[in-house]
Amino acid sequence: MLHRYAQFVAGCTVLLLLAGSLVTSTDSGLAVPDWPTTYGWNMFTFPPAKWVGGILYEHGHRLIASGVGVLTIALAAWLWVADERRWLKWLGVAALAAVVLQGVLGGLTVLFFLPPAISTAHASLAEVFFCLTISIALFTSPGWRRQEGVVVDSRLTRFATVTTAVIYLQILIGAAMRHTDAGLAIPDFPLMFGGVIPDHWDPKIAVHFAHRVGALVVVLASALTSGYISTHHAGARRLTRPAAVLGALVIIQVALGATTILSSRNVWINSLHVVCGALVLATSIVITLRSWQAVLDRAARALSVQMGERARSKRGAVA
Amino acid sequence: MKGLLARQIYAHFQQEKFMRLRDGWVYPLGLACAISLSACGGGSSSSDSSAPASSGGGQKVDPATTGDVKGTVSLEGTAPRNEPIRMNADPVCLKENKEPQSQETFMAADGKLANVFVYVKDGLSSYSFDTPTTPATIDQKQCRYHPHVFGLQVGQPLVILNSDPTLHNIHALPKANSEFNTGQPIQGMKTNHTFTKREVMVPFKCDVHGWMNAYLGVLDHPYFAVTDASGTFELKGLPPGTYTIEAWHEKLGATTQSVTLGAKESKDVAFAFKAPAAATN
Repeated sequence: MLHRYAQFVAGCTVLLLLAGSLVTSTDSGLAVPDWPTTYGWNMFTFPPAKWVGGILYEHGHRLIASGVGVLTIALAAWLWVADERRWLKWLGVAALAAVVLQGVLGGLTVLFFLPPAISTAHASLAEVFFCLTISIALFTSPGWRRQEGVVVDSRLTRFATVTTAVIYLQILIGAAMRHTDAGLAIPDFPLMFGGVIPDHWDPKIAVHFAHRVGALVVVLASALTSGYISTHHAGARRLTRPAAVLGALVIIQVALGATTILSSRNVWINSLHVVCGALVLATSIVITLRSWQAVLDRAARALSVQMGERARSKRGAVA
Repeated sequence: MKGLLARQIYAHFQQEKFMRLRDGWVYPLGLACAISLSACGGGSSSSDSSAPASSGGGQKVDPATTGDVKGTVSLEGTAPRNEPIRMNADPVCLKENKEPQSQETFMAADGKLANVFVYVKDGLSSYSFDTPTTPATIDQKQCRYHPHVFGLQVGQPLVILNSDPTLHNIHALPKANSEFNTGQPIQGMKTNHTFTKREVMVPFKCDVHGWMNAYLGVLDHPYFAVTDASGTFELKGLPPGTYTIEAWHEKLGATTQSVTLGAKESKDVAFAFKAPAAATN
């Protein structure tokens, strides 16, 4: 039940990511000028009749974020009460801290008129929070708890970890590109100003170029990890399934990125590109964590023994 | 209604508090982070923001010697079609505007261009001018800004009015002055603002209704005008001297001319902008 609930929270976070990306794509970030109030109203009593224009996106994002915040409080509490793994209890607390900090960053970026540094941090922390919810859903799954088909392969661990890191870095560059209004700094695709490399440069073009190069690196890293899994762990469905999903998502993501440029940043295509990027990261996280499971379980057991000993010695000291 | 107003005043107070905080230390810090992390720069429409807010103890203009500069602004070639506006994001705006709407970027008729801001860019540094107490006004009416292009003096009050039965936010994006973003959820609401530095031009936008935009020129003297439907302008009461006169258009940029004016003299100046290449085909 806890696992199902964690999956539900992760699913709601996807919706929240979509709502957030729509705010940026529609340039509605400042449609509600105050925070935490909405045009002076309490956020939850702001009349629906006034959800017009950019307010619909910004206010909708705030409400969905509040909902996810409440769900995260419940998730952290549930983990704290029902799960015996101490590290997982604290992971729930970390998710809660992340969503609170995320809300504060969202408020600050509005109050300071969307400075790129805060907006980019807000977008980047959103991905971290999403990964935390995905991780909690994975750690509470029956398969993880039963330690079914745990793979010990240090090369896979390295490939998967590097792929996840590369994807996250690419998302950071993408967020910086969105929040510095550099999404169309190079207006053509697949060429760049008619050539393979831009013939002139400015900071926006450089960020955009870095994102395109990053896409190439992500494609290569994902192909390497997925290819390695299909050749070396063909029988391990817990790896082959997310590897196949990763491959498919990366293809869709590249297509969405190209279409974003060719459609001059169509609002929905642009927003789906952001969401798909998060799904690529989440899938890679699943592969990475599964490749690390043997090590993580060992560390968790050692930690549990150590804490047990500490508790016994404390009781001994008291007696 | 009163309760709502109180909430709005509270929200404004909160915002003012944050603006002070921001101007003190958070904003410079954020700006430093932003510069180091991201790609800043690019095109700025602001072309004249370096002059001081007040010319201090300069000489006063002698009304007995002043003259006028008047003239027209033309558009050579075919004016591009203004972007159509779809107001269906807000039913109130749709109701207020029955006819199809379009942007006010190129308001040209018979080769004459309206909405061009014409002002004395240079040549008045030895003079000082009183700050007008009569406020300038920008009104949000029928989901448009009225006027679309206008000017005021440094220190002169600006009244921002919402005449619409819907809510607006007025978001000013200056470079030299402080940025502000104020919500006006109630019809008839007024907000006052004062600009402290000379700046040409300050863009305004409404983030609720993405099509709403306006431009303000903030000057430390009273010699500015906006061309009317016939493309004409007039700068009255200029003291004798040599001036750089600039004509600014939101899409076509700025062009300048030098004018030397004798005592009680009146001079005509003609500015011409070229229509964008695509529109002249």
